[in-house]
Amino acid sequence: MAMLQRLRTRNFIPPADAGVSPLSVTGLSVAYHRQLALRDVSWAAPTGGLVAVVGPNGAGKSTFLKAVLGLVPALAGTVEVYGRPLAQQRGLIGYVPQRESVDWDFPVNALDVVTMGRYGMIGWGRRITGAHKRAGMEALDRVGMADYARRQIGQLSGGQQQRVFLARALAQEARLYFMDEPLAGVDAATEQTILAVLRELEAEGRTVICVHHDLQTVAATFDHVLMLNRTLVAAGPVASMLTDANLRLAYGQRASGLSLLS
Amino acid sequence: MMEALPFAGMGHNTAMVLAGTTALGIAAGTVGCFMVLRRRALVSDALSHATLPGIVIAFLVGLALGVEGRSLPLLLLGAALSGALAVACIQAITRWTRLPEDAAIGAVLSCFFGLGVVLLSVVQALPAANAAGLKGFIFGQTAAMRSGEAATLAVLALAALAGVALFFKELRLLAFDEGFARAAGWPTSRFDLGLMALVTLVTVAGLQTVGLVLIIALLITPAAAARFWTDRLGIMLLVAGLIGGLSGGIGALLSARFQNLPAGAIIVLVASCFFMASLFFAPARGLLARTLRRARLRASLGAAP
Repeated sequence: MAMLQRLRTRNFIPPADAGVSPLSVTGLSVAYHRQLALRDVSWAAPTGGLVAVVGPNGAGKSTFLKAVLGLVPALAGTVEVYGRPLAQQRGLIGYVPQRESVDWDFPVNALDVVTMGRYGMIGWGRRITGAHKRAGMEALDRVGMADYARRQIGQLSGGQQQRVFLARALAQEARLYFMDEPLAGVDAATEQTILAVLRELEAEGRTVICVHHDLQTVAATFDHVLMLNRTLVAAGPVASMLTDANLRLAYGQRASGLSLLS
Repeated sequence: MMEALPFAGMGHNTAMVLAGTTALGIAAGTVGCFMVLRRRALVSDALSHATLPGIVIAFLVGLALGVEGRSLPLLLLGAALSGALAVACIQAITRWTRLPEDAAIGAVLSCFFGLGVVLLSVVQALPAANAAGLKGFIFGQTAAMRSGEAATLAVLALAALAGVALFFKELRLLAFDEGFARAAGWPTSRFDLGLMALVTLVTVAGLQTVGLVLIIALLITPAAAARFWTDRLGIMLLVAGLIGGLSGGIGALLSARFQNLPAGAIIVLVASCFFMASLFFAPARGLLARTLRRARLRASLGAAP
């Protein structure tokens, strides 16, 4: 526990009343091959809350997340987490990648994967202790997967795999979470579990930034939206942002029927 | 004690070769697991083929410096350097162009190996050079191995094993989910460098015995065979190490018994036998077990009302 504290204090969290955004992005642009995937996005996330990143296919939602995390190189722009450069604040970040990004035939079980969320606290070349495995089990329990801890991950359903990924992020005990389509293609039970966990995280004062494809559920679940279409279209509280005009800007004419959501 | 062993009476040298090749097999099998799981199997093939120009150039450097005979450490250093250069080329090509990795591997591998073959024939034509031993690096030879060389090999292999033991969890994370590792702030490119260093260590250690054409088989075959036996990475490493070690040991014994058989090829064939046996008969994921499971399920369908 002492070591855990030591590693954590390397990251800096300003007092809640200081008004420093958990994530502040300035002038972020990303190029894939010959064209810009994202142009000049500047945005500051609200402190504590659920943010949905929405936009049509190919709008650069995942690219935004990956560029913020430094997983794809940015052409220009800076990213600050709690007022400091991202590189100094990695320990404050939790990440749920897209399920398709890994090989599920890999020879590990669910608990092994969840424990990976603790590696940053365990440190280089050190063994995984019982305490970290217990933390992994607790995280699995929170997503209703404790009974599957010893199951090889390839034998889990898609929804269960998604819950394992969420549990791994919970095990990171982060302040700021990035999730790439955590609700894509999951069963109803998994969706309920994930939404419940998201609300718990919000209640704990954490910030969750979620790439989300389903406009139908945005208003019911999320507090804020970041609307992208290769650049920033609109950002702010859900109620004021999901307007007909914004949706048409982001999605084009075909979105006008969605206005009932706002 | 020694008399009870099947290779008793083979002399100190054979025992040393046996120990050396067994250690090499254990290390290659273990390290190879991460290359297979990270889908980098062919990168190690490029690395091993690309050692040839380095070996020949190191030989020429030794000749110019007036080193007596062929100096093994110098040759292995040259091998490691040109192998590493090839891997760096592959990474640069896939990073900065849109060429897929397999094409980059093919281009770099053949370029380095072709250069090596040309350099080798040039050197062998030199009147002053005693380059006869260099050809042994292509297909390997144990007959000429000295005890000191076998001991060096064992030490290199043990170093590779120690690396895997120390960084087991980091290597597992890297192989499973590189994106997550990077997001969490792990220096993944340094992990990759470390993994390539381990593979280089094993490759260079195996150059003399197995040869640069076949060393890929000792890295990949035990790992591929072990995957049939288990769904746990730790056990997979142990099984791959065991298969690699047995292949190295049995192969060395067979080639010592039948003088004309090349050790490298025999070792690789023994490993291939283990692979075939695993493919068919491994209880966890083997074909036979799979067929039986399906048959039982089909039977249970018929039994249901």
